[in-house]
Amino acid sequence: MLGPTIDKFAAPKNAYSVACTLSPWLAWISILLFAGGVYGGLFYAPPDYDQGEAYRILYVHVPAAWMSMFVYVVMAGAGACGLIWKVKLMDAVARSCAPLGASFTLLALITGSIWGKPMWGTWWVWDARLTSELILLFLYLGYMALQSSIDDRRTAARAGAILALVGVVNIPIIHFSVEWWNTLHQGPTVTKLDEPSIHVTMLIPLLIMSIAYTTFFITMLMVRLRAEILDQERNTTWVRELVLGGTD
Amino acid sequence: MGAYQAFTALLLRDLKLGFRNMGDLLNPLLFFLMVVTLFPLALGPEKSVLQEHAPAVIWVASLLAASISLDTMFRSDMEDGSLEQILLSPYPDIILVMAKILAHWLMTGAPLTIFALLLSVLLYLPGEAYLPLLGTLLLGTPILSLVGSVAVALTVGLRSGGMLLVLLILPLYMPVLIFAISAVNNAMRGLSVAGEFYFLSGMLILALTLAPFATAYALKIRMG
Amino acid sequence: MNEFLHMGGYAAYVWSAYGISLVVLITNIILPIRREQALLHDIKKKLQREEHKS
Repeated sequence: MLGPTIDKFAAPKNAYSVACTLSPWLAWISILLFAGGVYGGLFYAPPDYDQGEAYRILYVHVPAAWMSMFVYVVMAGAGACGLIWKVKLMDAVARSCAPLGASFTLLALITGSIWGKPMWGTWWVWDARLTSELILLFLYLGYMALQSSIDDRRTAARAGAILALVGVVNIPIIHFSVEWWNTLHQGPTVTKLDEPSIHVTMLIPLLIMSIAYTTFFITMLMVRLRAEILDQERNTTWVRELVLGGTD
Repeated sequence: MGAYQAFTALLLRDLKLGFRNMGDLLNPLLFFLMVVTLFPLALGPEKSVLQEHAPAVIWVASLLAASISLDTMFRSDMEDGSLEQILLSPYPDIILVMAKILAHWLMTGAPLTIFALLLSVLLYLPGEAYLPLLGTLLLGTPILSLVGSVAVALTVGLRSGGMLLVLLILPLYMPVLIFAISAVNNAMRGLSVAGEFYFLSGMLILALTLAPFATAYALKIRMG
Repeated sequence: MNEFLHMGGYAAYVWSAYGISLVVLITNIILPIRREQALLHDIKKKLQREEHKS
Protein backbone atom coordinates (compact mmCIF):
# COMPACT_ATOMS: atom_id res chain seq x y z
CA MET A 1 0.00 0.00 0.00
CA LEU A 2 2.86 2.30 0.81
CA GLY A 3 4.85 1.17 -2.22
CA PRO A 4 2.76 2.72 -4.98
CA THR A 5 2.41 5.95 -3.00
CA ILE A 6 6.16 6.23 -2.63
CA ASP A 7 6.66 5.39 -6.29
CA LYS A 8 4.24 8.12 -7.29
CA PHE A 9 5.82 10.62 -4.90
CA ALA A 10 9.30 9.72 -5.97
CA ALA A 11 8.56 9.96 -9.65
CA PRO A 12 10.83 12.73 -10.87
CA LYS A 13 8.10 14.73 -12.57
CA ASN A 14 5.94 14.81 -9.47
CA ALA A 15 8.89 15.50 -7.22
CA TYR A 16 9.85 18.40 -9.44
CA SER A 17 6.44 20.01 -9.29
CA VAL A 18 6.21 19.48 -5.53
CA ALA A 19 9.63 21.09 -5.12
CA CYS A 20 8.60 24.02 -7.32
CA THR A 21 5.37 24.57 -5.42
CA LEU A 22 6.79 24.29 -1.94
CA SER A 23 10.04 26.19 -2.24
CA PRO A 24 8.60 29.72 -2.41
CA TRP A 25 6.43 29.07 0.64
CA LEU A 26 9.27 27.56 2.60
CA ALA A 27 11.52 30.42 1.56
CA TRP A 28 9.14 32.95 3.06
CA ILE A 29 8.76 30.91 6.21
CA SER A 30 12.55 30.75 6.54
CA ILE A 31 12.90 34.50 6.13
CA LEU A 32 10.31 35.14 8.83
CA LEU A 33 11.89 32.64 11.18
CA PHE A 34 15.34 34.14 10.63
CA ALA A 35 13.99 37.61 11.26
CA GLY A 36 12.38 36.43 14.48
CA GLY A 37 15.39 34.47 15.59
CA VAL A 38 17.91 37.21 14.91
CA TYR A 39 15.72 39.78 16.62
CA GLY A 40 15.36 37.44 19.58
CA GLY A 41 19.06 36.67 19.67
CA LEU A 42 20.29 40.24 19.37
CA PHE A 43 17.58 42.16 21.25
CA TYR A 44 15.18 40.05 23.24
CA ALA A 45 17.68 37.76 24.94
CA PRO A 46 19.48 39.49 27.82
CA PRO A 47 23.28 39.72 27.99
CA ASP A 48 25.03 36.80 29.61
CA TYR A 49 26.45 37.05 33.12
CA ASP A 50 29.87 35.69 32.11
CA GLN A 51 30.28 36.49 28.46
CA GLY A 52 28.31 39.70 28.10
CA GLU A 53 27.20 40.32 24.56
CA ALA A 54 29.72 37.97 22.96
CA TYR A 55 27.62 34.91 23.73
CA ARG A 56 25.13 36.04 21.08
CA ILE A 57 27.32 34.28 18.55
CA LEU A 58 25.68 31.17 19.98
CA TYR A 59 22.61 31.92 17.89
CA VAL A 60 24.46 31.39 14.65
CA HIS A 61 27.01 28.88 15.89
CA VAL A 62 24.87 26.25 17.61
CA PRO A 63 22.20 25.90 14.91
CA ALA A 64 24.95 25.60 12.28
CA ALA A 65 26.60 22.83 14.30
CA TRP A 66 23.32 20.99 14.82
CA MET A 67 22.52 21.25 11.12
CA SER A 68 25.97 19.95 10.14
CA MET A 69 25.20 16.73 11.99
CA PHE A 70 21.55 16.52 11.00
CA VAL A 71 22.26 17.01 7.30
CA TYR A 72 24.89 14.28 7.37
CA VAL A 73 22.36 11.83 8.78
CA VAL A 74 19.84 12.86 6.11
CA MET A 75 22.53 12.44 3.47
CA ALA A 76 23.46 8.97 4.71
CA GLY A 77 19.80 7.99 5.10
CA ALA A 78 18.87 9.16 1.63
CA GLY A 79 21.91 7.34 0.26
CA ALA A 80 20.81 4.16 2.02
CA CYS A 81 17.31 4.50 0.53
CA GLY A 82 18.85 4.94 -2.87
CA LEU A 83 20.98 1.85 -2.37
CA ILE A 84 18.32 -0.42 -0.94
CA TRP A 85 15.20 0.63 -2.80
CA LYS A 86 16.92 2.12 -5.85
CA VAL A 87 14.92 5.34 -5.69
CA LYS A 88 16.67 7.85 -7.95
CA LEU A 89 15.13 10.75 -6.09
CA MET A 90 16.94 9.68 -2.96
CA ASP A 91 20.22 9.73 -4.87
CA ALA A 92 19.48 13.32 -5.85
CA VAL A 93 18.58 14.22 -2.26
CA ALA A 94 21.83 12.77 -0.93
CA ARG A 95 23.90 14.55 -3.52
CA SER A 96 22.15 17.85 -2.82
CA CYS A 97 22.67 17.56 0.92
CA ALA A 98 26.44 17.54 0.73
CA PRO A 99 27.20 21.18 -0.17
CA LEU A 100 24.60 22.35 2.35
CA GLY A 101 26.02 20.17 5.09
CA ALA A 102 29.55 21.25 4.29
CA SER A 103 28.45 24.91 4.43
CA PHE A 104 26.88 24.43 7.85
CA THR A 105 30.00 22.66 9.07
CA LEU A 106 32.18 25.47 7.77
CA LEU A 107 29.95 28.01 9.48
CA ALA A 108 30.09 26.10 12.73
CA LEU A 109 33.88 26.09 12.55
CA ILE A 110 34.25 29.76 11.60
CA THR A 111 31.71 31.08 14.10
CA GLY A 112 33.15 28.77 16.72
CA SER A 113 36.58 30.16 16.04
CA ILE A 114 35.32 33.77 16.16
CA TRP A 115 33.56 33.04 19.43
CA GLY A 116 36.67 31.39 20.77
CA LYS A 117 38.88 34.42 20.31
CA PRO A 118 37.31 36.63 22.98
CA MET A 119 36.46 33.65 25.17
CA TRP A 120 39.59 31.53 25.08
CA GLY A 121 42.03 34.08 23.70
CA THR A 122 42.98 32.14 20.58
CA TRP A 123 41.49 31.68 17.13
CA TRP A 124 41.56 27.94 17.39
CA VAL A 125 41.42 25.44 20.20
CA TRP A 126 41.62 21.71 19.71
CA ASP A 127 38.41 21.44 21.64
CA ALA A 128 36.73 18.05 21.22
CA ARG A 129 33.71 19.50 19.51
CA LEU A 130 35.59 21.80 17.12
CA THR A 131 38.03 19.03 16.20
CA SER A 132 35.22 16.55 15.54
CA GLU A 133 33.50 19.24 13.50
CA LEU A 134 36.67 19.71 11.46
CA ILE A 135 36.84 15.99 10.74
CA LEU A 136 33.16 16.11 9.76
CA LEU A 137 34.09 18.77 7.20
CA PHE A 138 36.70 16.37 5.82
CA LEU A 139 34.03 13.69 5.51
CA TYR A 140 31.72 16.03 3.58
CA LEU A 141 34.50 17.21 1.27
CA GLY A 142 35.59 13.63 0.63
CA TYR A 143 32.01 12.69 -0.23
CA MET A 144 31.73 15.58 -2.68
CA ALA A 145 35.13 14.77 -4.20
CA LEU A 146 34.16 11.12 -4.70
CA GLN A 147 30.86 12.00 -6.35
CA SER A 148 32.47 14.42 -8.74
CA SER A 149 35.16 11.88 -9.69
CA ILE A 150 32.69 9.32 -10.95
CA ASP A 151 31.04 10.16 -14.23
CA ASP A 152 28.11 7.78 -14.19
CA ARG A 153 25.38 9.30 -12.09
CA ARG A 154 24.00 6.10 -10.64
CA THR A 155 27.43 4.67 -9.78
CA ALA A 156 28.47 7.94 -8.20
CA ALA A 157 25.33 7.96 -6.06
CA ARG A 158 25.81 4.38 -4.90
CA ALA A 159 29.52 4.83 -4.17
CA GLY A 160 28.72 8.04 -2.30
CA ALA A 161 26.06 6.24 -0.30
CA ILE A 162 28.56 3.64 0.88
CA LEU A 163 31.05 6.33 1.82
CA ALA A 164 28.37 8.27 3.69
CA LEU A 165 27.30 5.15 5.57
CA VAL A 166 30.89 4.33 6.53
CA GLY A 167 31.14 7.91 7.74
CA VAL A 168 27.94 7.64 9.76
CA VAL A 169 29.31 4.60 11.57
CA ASN A 170 32.47 6.54 12.16
CA ILE A 171 30.99 9.78 13.47
CA PRO A 172 30.31 8.55 17.00
CA ILE A 173 33.73 6.84 16.97
CA ILE A 174 35.42 10.03 15.81
CA HIS A 175 33.58 12.18 18.29
CA PHE A 176 34.26 9.86 21.17
CA SER A 177 37.93 9.36 20.32
CA VAL A 178 38.50 13.10 19.95
CA GLU A 179 36.79 13.71 23.28
CA TRP A 180 38.99 11.06 24.85
CA TRP A 181 42.06 12.67 23.34
CA ASN A 182 40.90 16.11 24.27
CA THR A 183 40.26 15.38 27.94
CA LEU A 184 43.69 13.84 28.17
CA HIS A 185 45.28 16.90 26.66
CA GLN A 186 43.25 19.77 27.99
CA GLY A 187 42.61 18.72 31.51
CA PRO A 188 39.49 19.81 33.35
CA THR A 189 38.95 23.16 31.64
CA VAL A 190 35.36 24.25 31.62
CA THR A 191 34.31 25.30 28.16
CA LYS A 192 31.91 28.20 28.04
CA LEU A 193 29.84 26.27 25.55
CA ASP A 194 28.65 24.02 28.34
CA GLU A 195 25.60 25.81 29.63
CA PRO A 196 23.91 23.24 31.85
CA SER A 197 20.80 25.30 32.39
CA ILE A 198 20.00 28.00 29.91
CA HIS A 199 17.57 30.77 30.73
CA VAL A 200 14.33 30.53 28.81
CA THR A 201 14.64 34.00 27.27
CA MET A 202 17.95 32.83 25.82
CA LEU A 203 16.53 29.47 24.80
CA ILE A 204 13.60 30.70 22.74
CA PRO A 205 15.65 32.57 20.10
CA LEU A 206 17.92 29.52 19.88
CA LEU A 207 14.97 27.28 19.13
CA ILE A 208 13.61 29.74 16.59
CA MET A 209 16.98 29.97 14.87
CA SER A 210 17.28 26.18 14.81
CA ILE A 211 13.92 25.87 13.11
CA ALA A 212 14.90 28.70 10.78
CA TYR A 213 18.10 26.90 9.77
CA THR A 214 16.20 23.65 9.28
CA THR A 215 13.59 25.32 7.11
CA PHE A 216 16.36 26.99 5.15
CA PHE A 217 17.96 23.62 4.61
CA ILE A 218 14.73 22.07 3.36
CA THR A 219 14.09 25.03 1.08
CA MET A 220 17.53 24.99 -0.51
CA LEU A 221 17.42 21.21 -0.71
CA MET A 222 14.31 21.57 -2.82
CA VAL A 223 15.93 24.21 -5.01
CA ARG A 224 18.92 21.95 -5.58
CA LEU A 225 16.61 18.99 -6.20
CA ARG A 226 14.90 20.92 -8.97
CA ALA A 227 18.17 21.31 -10.80
CA GLU A 228 19.20 17.70 -10.11
CA ILE A 229 15.93 16.35 -11.43
CA LEU A 230 16.11 18.51 -14.55
CA ASP A 231 19.66 17.33 -15.16
CA GLN A 232 18.79 13.71 -14.58
CA GLU A 233 15.64 13.76 -16.69
CA ARG A 234 16.76 16.12 -19.39
CA ASN A 235 15.95 13.72 -22.20
CA THR A 236 12.40 12.97 -21.13
CA THR A 237 9.30 14.39 -22.79
CA TRP A 238 8.05 16.25 -19.76
CA VAL A 239 11.31 18.15 -19.40
CA ARG A 240 11.31 18.99 -23.09
CA GLU A 241 7.79 20.31 -22.86
CA LEU A 242 8.62 22.24 -19.72
CA VAL A 243 11.66 23.92 -21.22
CA LEU A 244 10.25 24.67 -24.64
CA GLY A 245 6.68 25.36 -23.69
CA GLY A 246 7.33 27.53 -20.68
CA THR A 247 8.24 31.18 -20.58
CA ASP A 248 11.71 32.28 -19.51
CA MET B 1 36.51 -26.45 -4.29
CA GLY B 2 34.78 -25.07 -1.28
CA ALA B 3 34.80 -21.51 -0.03
CA TYR B 4 37.67 -22.15 2.36
CA GLN B 5 39.85 -23.55 -0.42
CA ALA B 6 38.96 -20.59 -2.61
CA PHE B 7 39.99 -18.27 0.21
CA THR B 8 43.37 -19.96 0.64
CA ALA B 9 43.92 -20.18 -3.10
CA LEU B 10 43.31 -16.47 -3.58
CA LEU B 11 45.41 -15.59 -0.54
CA LEU B 12 48.37 -17.63 -1.77
CA ARG B 13 48.00 -16.29 -5.30
CA ASP B 14 48.07 -12.70 -4.07
CA LEU B 15 51.05 -13.38 -1.84
CA LYS B 16 52.94 -15.03 -4.67
CA LEU B 17 52.20 -12.16 -7.04
CA GLY B 18 53.09 -9.65 -4.38
CA PHE B 19 56.44 -11.16 -3.57
CA ARG B 20 57.26 -11.40 -7.23
CA ASN B 21 57.16 -7.60 -7.30
CA MET B 22 59.66 -6.87 -4.56
CA GLY B 23 59.65 -3.18 -5.44
CA ASP B 24 55.97 -2.82 -4.68
CA LEU B 25 56.54 -4.38 -1.31
CA LEU B 26 59.57 -2.39 -0.31
CA ASN B 27 58.35 1.02 -1.44
CA PRO B 28 55.93 1.58 1.44
CA LEU B 29 58.63 0.53 3.90
CA LEU B 30 61.12 2.88 2.30
CA PHE B 31 58.53 5.66 2.41
CA PHE B 32 57.96 4.85 6.06
CA LEU B 33 61.67 5.12 6.78
CA MET B 34 61.92 8.45 4.98
CA VAL B 35 58.96 9.98 6.75
CA VAL B 36 60.36 8.89 10.10
CA THR B 37 63.70 10.45 9.10
CA LEU B 38 62.00 13.77 8.37
CA PHE B 39 61.15 14.24 12.01
CA PRO B 40 64.61 14.25 13.57
CA LEU B 41 65.56 16.61 10.76
CA ALA B 42 62.65 18.85 11.67
CA LEU B 43 62.67 18.47 15.44
CA GLY B 44 66.42 18.32 15.97
CA PRO B 45 68.60 15.44 17.22
CA GLU B 46 67.99 16.06 20.92
CA LYS B 47 67.16 12.74 22.59
CA SER B 48 64.51 14.03 24.95
CA VAL B 49 62.56 15.72 22.18
CA LEU B 50 62.61 12.69 19.89
CA GLN B 51 61.75 10.35 22.70
CA GLU B 52 58.74 12.43 23.65
CA HIS B 53 57.40 12.43 20.11
CA ALA B 54 58.48 8.94 19.07
CA PRO B 55 55.06 7.25 19.30
CA ALA B 56 53.43 10.07 17.33
CA VAL B 57 56.11 10.01 14.64
CA ILE B 58 55.94 6.22 14.27
CA TRP B 59 52.18 6.19 14.08
CA VAL B 60 51.75 9.15 11.71
CA ALA B 61 54.38 7.63 9.42
CA SER B 62 52.55 4.28 9.61
CA LEU B 63 49.26 5.91 8.67
CA LEU B 64 50.81 7.65 5.68
CA ALA B 65 52.64 4.52 4.55
CA ALA B 66 49.45 2.48 4.89
CA SER B 67 47.47 5.06 2.92
CA ILE B 68 49.79 5.01 -0.04
CA SER B 69 50.24 1.25 0.00
CA LEU B 70 46.49 0.64 -0.28
CA ASP B 71 46.48 1.55 -3.92
CA THR B 72 47.95 -1.82 -4.85
CA MET B 73 45.12 -3.79 -3.29
CA PHE B 74 42.82 -3.93 -6.27
CA ARG B 75 44.48 -1.97 -9.02
CA SER B 76 46.43 -4.62 -10.91
CA ASP B 77 43.51 -7.02 -10.69
CA MET B 78 41.20 -4.40 -12.05
CA GLU B 79 43.55 -3.57 -14.88
CA ASP B 80 43.98 -7.11 -16.15
CA GLY B 81 40.37 -8.10 -15.63
CA SER B 82 40.91 -10.65 -12.91
CA LEU B 83 38.92 -8.56 -10.45
CA GLU B 84 35.81 -9.12 -12.52
CA GLN B 85 36.54 -12.84 -12.63
CA ILE B 86 36.93 -12.93 -8.88
CA LEU B 87 33.60 -11.18 -8.39
CA LEU B 88 31.83 -13.39 -10.90
CA SER B 89 33.07 -16.60 -9.31
CA PRO B 90 30.57 -18.75 -7.40
CA TYR B 91 32.26 -18.17 -4.05
CA PRO B 92 30.93 -15.58 -1.60
CA ASP B 93 32.43 -12.16 -2.37
CA ILE B 94 33.09 -11.45 1.28
CA ILE B 95 35.37 -14.47 1.63
CA LEU B 96 37.36 -13.50 -1.43
CA VAL B 97 37.58 -9.88 -0.34
CA MET B 98 38.84 -11.03 3.07
CA ALA B 99 41.52 -13.06 1.33
CA LYS B 100 42.71 -9.98 -0.56
CA ILE B 101 42.68 -7.82 2.55
CA LEU B 102 44.61 -10.41 4.52
CA ALA B 103 47.16 -10.76 1.73
CA HIS B 104 47.53 -7.00 1.65
CA TRP B 105 48.05 -6.78 5.39
CA LEU B 106 50.61 -9.58 5.36
CA MET B 107 52.57 -7.72 2.73
CA THR B 108 52.27 -4.20 4.11
CA GLY B 109 50.93 -3.91 7.66
CA ALA B 110 52.86 -6.81 9.11
CA PRO B 111 56.29 -5.83 7.73
CA LEU B 112 55.51 -2.27 8.72
CA THR B 113 54.92 -3.35 12.31
CA ILE B 114 58.27 -5.07 12.53
CA PHE B 115 60.06 -2.25 10.81
CA ALA B 116 58.39 0.27 13.14
CA LEU B 117 59.83 -1.44 16.18
CA LEU B 118 63.29 -1.23 14.63
CA LEU B 119 62.88 2.44 13.79
CA SER B 120 61.68 3.19 17.30
CA VAL B 121 65.20 2.47 18.46
CA LEU B 122 66.37 5.37 16.30
CA LEU B 123 63.88 7.60 18.06
CA TYR B 124 65.02 6.53 21.51
CA LEU B 125 61.71 4.93 22.41
CA PRO B 126 61.96 3.84 26.05
CA GLY B 127 61.99 0.15 26.84
CA GLU B 128 58.59 -0.05 28.48
CA ALA B 129 56.89 1.37 25.37
CA TYR B 130 57.91 -1.34 22.90
CA LEU B 131 55.36 -3.93 23.85
CA PRO B 132 52.45 -1.48 23.88
CA LEU B 133 53.63 -0.07 20.55
CA LEU B 134 53.72 -3.57 19.12
CA GLY B 135 50.24 -4.17 20.49
CA THR B 136 48.80 -1.01 18.97
CA LEU B 137 50.38 -1.80 15.62
CA LEU B 138 49.15 -5.39 15.66
CA LEU B 139 45.63 -4.22 16.36
CA GLY B 140 45.80 -1.01 14.37
CA THR B 141 47.38 -1.99 11.06
CA PRO B 142 44.67 -4.57 10.29
CA ILE B 143 42.09 -1.85 10.98
CA LEU B 144 43.95 0.35 8.51
CA SER B 145 43.87 -2.40 5.88
CA LEU B 146 40.21 -3.21 6.50
CA VAL B 147 38.86 0.34 6.54
CA GLY B 148 41.26 1.22 3.75
CA SER B 149 39.91 -1.55 1.57
CA VAL B 150 36.50 0.13 1.50
CA ALA B 151 38.02 3.38 0.30
CA VAL B 152 40.16 1.61 -2.31
CA ALA B 153 37.15 -0.27 -3.61
CA LEU B 154 35.28 3.01 -3.98
CA THR B 155 38.10 4.77 -5.82
CA VAL B 156 39.84 2.02 -7.79
CA GLY B 157 40.60 3.07 -11.33
CA LEU B 158 39.41 6.67 -11.00
CA ARG B 159 41.68 9.23 -12.61
CA SER B 160 42.15 11.16 -9.39
CA GLY B 161 42.15 7.86 -7.50
CA GLY B 162 45.33 8.02 -5.48
CA MET B 163 44.92 11.45 -3.96
CA LEU B 164 41.20 10.97 -3.49
CA LEU B 165 41.84 7.72 -1.67
CA VAL B 166 44.12 9.38 0.84
CA LEU B 167 41.67 12.24 1.39
CA LEU B 168 38.82 9.83 2.03
CA ILE B 169 40.78 7.65 4.31
CA LEU B 170 42.66 9.92 6.68
CA PRO B 171 39.56 11.14 8.57
CA LEU B 172 38.58 7.51 9.09
CA TYR B 173 42.04 6.69 10.40
CA MET B 174 42.08 9.42 13.01
CA PRO B 175 40.37 7.47 15.83
CA VAL B 176 42.90 4.64 15.43
CA LEU B 177 45.71 7.16 15.69
CA ILE B 178 44.23 8.77 18.78
CA PHE B 179 43.83 5.56 20.76
CA ALA B 180 47.13 4.06 19.64
CA ILE B 181 49.12 7.15 20.63
CA SER B 182 47.24 7.41 23.89
CA ALA B 183 48.15 3.82 24.72
CA VAL B 184 51.86 4.21 24.04
CA ASN B 185 52.06 7.55 25.81
CA ASN B 186 50.35 6.09 28.83
CA ALA B 187 52.79 3.20 28.83
CA MET B 188 55.66 5.68 28.79
CA ARG B 189 54.17 7.38 31.84
CA GLY B 190 53.56 4.12 33.63
CA LEU B 191 49.78 4.40 33.40
CA SER B 192 47.28 1.75 32.37
CA VAL B 193 46.74 1.03 28.70
CA ALA B 194 43.70 -1.19 29.16
CA GLY B 195 41.07 1.31 28.03
CA GLU B 196 42.87 2.18 24.83
CA PHE B 197 43.41 -1.48 23.98
CA TYR B 198 39.77 -2.28 24.60
CA PHE B 199 38.82 0.42 22.12
CA LEU B 200 41.32 -0.68 19.54
CA SER B 201 40.08 -4.25 19.84
CA GLY B 202 36.51 -3.03 19.55
CA MET B 203 37.33 -1.06 16.44
CA LEU B 204 39.13 -4.05 14.96
CA ILE B 205 36.14 -6.31 15.54
CA LEU B 206 33.81 -3.71 14.07
CA ALA B 207 36.05 -3.37 11.04
CA LEU B 208 36.33 -7.14 10.64
CA THR B 209 32.58 -7.56 10.61
CA LEU B 210 31.56 -4.56 8.50
CA ALA B 211 34.42 -3.73 6.15
CA PRO B 212 34.36 -6.89 3.98
CA PHE B 213 30.67 -6.35 3.22
CA ALA B 214 31.17 -2.70 2.40
CA THR B 215 34.23 -3.45 0.25
CA ALA B 216 32.56 -6.28 -1.65
CA TYR B 217 29.50 -4.13 -2.28
CA ALA B 218 31.62 -1.16 -3.34
CA LEU B 219 33.53 -3.35 -5.79
CA LYS B 220 30.29 -4.59 -7.29
CA ILE B 221 29.07 -1.03 -7.68
CA ARG B 222 32.28 0.15 -9.34
CA MET B 223 32.58 -2.89 -11.59
CA GLY B 224 29.06 -2.36 -12.88
CA MET C 1 21.41 52.22 19.02
CA ASN C 2 25.11 52.79 19.34
CA GLU C 3 25.24 50.49 22.32
CA PHE C 4 23.53 47.81 20.27
CA LEU C 5 26.09 48.09 17.49
CA HIS C 6 28.87 48.18 20.05
CA MET C 7 27.85 44.81 21.52
CA GLY C 8 29.59 45.50 24.82
CA GLY C 9 32.98 45.77 23.12
CA TYR C 10 32.59 42.54 21.21
CA ALA C 11 31.21 44.23 18.12
CA ALA C 12 33.86 42.91 15.74
CA TYR C 13 33.28 39.35 16.83
CA VAL C 14 29.50 39.28 16.98
CA TRP C 15 28.98 41.15 13.75
CA SER C 16 31.57 39.20 11.80
CA ALA C 17 30.05 35.94 12.99
CA TYR C 18 26.56 37.00 11.93
CA GLY C 19 27.97 38.56 8.77
CA ILE C 20 29.81 35.44 7.66
CA SER C 21 26.74 33.33 8.40
CA LEU C 22 24.70 35.62 6.20
CA VAL C 23 27.27 35.46 3.40
CA VAL C 24 27.46 31.66 3.46
CA LEU C 25 23.69 31.27 3.56
CA ILE C 26 23.19 33.73 0.71
CA THR C 27 25.87 31.99 -1.35
CA ASN C 28 23.90 28.81 -0.80
CA ILE C 29 20.88 30.55 -2.24
CA ILE C 30 22.53 32.17 -5.23
CA LEU C 31 24.60 29.25 -6.50
CA PRO C 32 21.82 26.66 -6.85
CA ILE C 33 19.43 29.17 -8.42
CA ARG C 34 22.05 30.16 -10.96
CA ARG C 35 22.79 26.54 -11.67
CA GLU C 36 19.13 25.82 -12.26
CA GLN C 37 18.84 28.78 -14.66
CA ALA C 38 22.00 27.79 -16.52
CA LEU C 39 20.68 24.25 -16.79
CA LEU C 40 17.32 25.35 -18.15
CA HIS C 41 19.09 27.63 -20.61
CA ASP C 42 21.41 24.82 -21.63
CA ILE C 43 18.65 22.27 -22.19
CA LYS C 44 16.58 24.81 -24.09
CA LYS C 45 19.44 25.65 -26.42
CA LYS C 46 20.12 21.99 -27.13
CA LEU C 47 16.47 21.27 -27.87
CA GLN C 48 16.20 24.28 -30.16
CA ARG C 49 19.25 23.13 -32.05
CA GLU C 50 17.73 19.69 -32.49
CA GLU C 51 14.49 21.16 -33.76
CA HIS C 52 16.36 23.30 -36.29
CA LYS C 53 18.16 20.23 -37.57
CA SER C 54 14.96 18.24 -38.10
